[in-house]
Amino acid sequence: MSLVQASSLTKTYRVGDIDVPAIKGIDFAIEASSFVAFVGPSGSGKSTLLNMVGCLDHPSSGTLRVLATDIATLDRRAAARFRGEHIGFVFQDFNLIPVLTVFENVEYPLRMVQEWPAAKRREQVLRMLDAVGMADQADKRPDQISGGQKQRVAVARALVSQPKLVLADEPTANLDHDTAYRILELMKKMRDDFGTTFIFSTHDPKIMGEAETTFTLEDGRLMTNSNGGSHV
Amino acid sequence: MFDILGIASRNLLRYRRRSMLTLLLIVIGMVAVLLFIAVAGSFRSMMVGQITDSVLGHLQVHRKGYVASIDNLPLNLNMKPPMVAKVEQALQANPAVETWSPRVKFGGMFSNFAETTSIRVNGIDPAREAATTPLLPGRMIEGEKAGALVGRGQIVIPLLLARGMKTKVGDTVVVVATNRDGSVNGRTFVVRGILESVTGPGGRDGYVHIDDARELLRMNEAEVSEIAVRLKDFATLERTTGQIRTALQGVSNKEGKPVLETHTWADLSPFANLAKMIDLMTLFIKVVLVSIVLVSVMNVMIMAVFERIREIGTIAAIGTPPSRILWLFLAEGLMLGIVGTIAGTLLSLVAIFGIKLWSPTFNFGQQQNLVMAPTIAGGDVLTIAALVVVVAIVASLQPAWKASRMDPISALRHV
Repeated sequence: MSLVQASSLTKTYRVGDIDVPAIKGIDFAIEASSFVAFVGPSGSGKSTLLNMVGCLDHPSSGTLRVLATDIATLDRRAAARFRGEHIGFVFQDFNLIPVLTVFENVEYPLRMVQEWPAAKRREQVLRMLDAVGMADQADKRPDQISGGQKQRVAVARALVSQPKLVLADEPTANLDHDTAYRILELMKKMRDDFGTTFIFSTHDPKIMGEAETTFTLEDGRLMTNSNGGSHV
Repeated sequence: MFDILGIASRNLLRYRRRSMLTLLLIVIGMVAVLLFIAVAGSFRSMMVGQITDSVLGHLQVHRKGYVASIDNLPLNLNMKPPMVAKVEQALQANPAVETWSPRVKFGGMFSNFAETTSIRVNGIDPAREAATTPLLPGRMIEGEKAGALVGRGQIVIPLLLARGMKTKVGDTVVVVATNRDGSVNGRTFVVRGILESVTGPGGRDGYVHIDDARELLRMNEAEVSEIAVRLKDFATLERTTGQIRTALQGVSNKEGKPVLETHTWADLSPFANLAKMIDLMTLFIKVVLVSIVLVSVMNVMIMAVFERIREIGTIAAIGTPPSRILWLFLAEGLMLGIVGTIAGTLLSLVAIFGIKLWSPTFNFGQQQNLVMAPTIAGGDVLTIAALVVVVAIVASLQPAWKASRMDPISALRHV
């Protein structure tokens, strides 16, 4: 079974008295350990789709299965638990917690979400910081490191609890071109090292090609699929 | 929990000035309340102690109707010896009673052979009176403090009377009184001492020996106007008064109605109203403290949630359970409350100790140079501290709840 499977998936927002369709009945499947990009212009529905895959939002109709779980069946608490156990997030603005050090930011999911024992937690955090090349910055605060370094820390935080899936909404939008490439290379390496599935969204044509599978969204519809993802 | 407290403390330090201002408000509120409780409470206890230990005793037993017409000191409402015996039997049987003192009270005329004025006199058994109102001998500002308070043929007079009548210790005076039948009798006394006046009923009374009082009033039997009672522990006043009332219910007249009544000091002294006023003011100042803590902590927590909406969205998105997000913010309020409580308590105790060392004096009514010696019970400190911490948590509840219920998508989009 695919890691993520969508069938006739729609999402409609109500704005005042008007229904605004954001996703218009799409079908796709994403296999485990793949490196997938949802691309398209602003307003095409990329973030909406990622929010649903990340169990942050429910579909209006159709089904969306993530790790064989129909996400429509998850209530608020169950969705939070599911995200904490299975999904990592990388945000466009890095979203590190400013009062915590680099080490503590990466440690956060293990400490506040999964409650790992301290020794095991430390070992895992150091391993991830080493993997993203930030071990020497462990004691710094987010405001003491660069944007690229922040995103490396964010990747480490997303991966630290060994999720099956990492979602990254425009992870390179706030980075310069070289740094953006390096972050994508890092994410690929992490996929190779840990077998984690990466799904990211972007509207930057220069980095779209970095994905192994690309879904193009336009006006809430899935237009094209390249490099091995299944687009039904 | 320590993880949550650790993050909460860092978040509080993130907005250092705001957190310090909130703490300052809590500390000021706590110091104000604890100082008020210490000063007002000590004043209250001192005054109650003065009234009970130098005049009234803790409670009094009278014949029914006596207190209602106590201004007239009615001799026809004295207790007869059989009644007195029954009262003494009831008091003897109650283990909470330490001692009691029978009194014969009457109004009369006081003359120094040149001038005459009115006087209220207590006929007392000096030893029992001193045991029941142990501060009474200490009120003697002229005359020998040692020895019996008053002997046969002696009178102790209040300061105001002594000054007004230019009477000194050792002077011979005459007291004239009307007995129950309306006949007038007089008797000479030697002034044994002069008493400092105190606030409250009986604070400006004179004292003679109870046998002299009975002779002056030509009593055929050992009548008693009132019996003042001292308890072993003042804290048992209400309970013991109830027990004595119950025990005296059986002393009844021919119609089967009770003939005795029992009153606590509070029923007899107008100061009880002032004491109630102090209690009410203490309650009001506690309400003010609650308001200060509630508003200041709620304000700082609402701002904290508003300024960290994206952060809340982030931690919610990565799977932090809503209950943990709730606790993260409650912990901030809790820490503000705890730190404010500790600082406020320490500062208050230092201030109370400082006032005690300074020992300022004040006047109250006829009493001059009363020393202010504030003290505070551990129970009061703990109650106020618990109140502040609980209110701080309650004030954080709404903002914390709001944070825990925040939609991660909307929160992440917040600019």
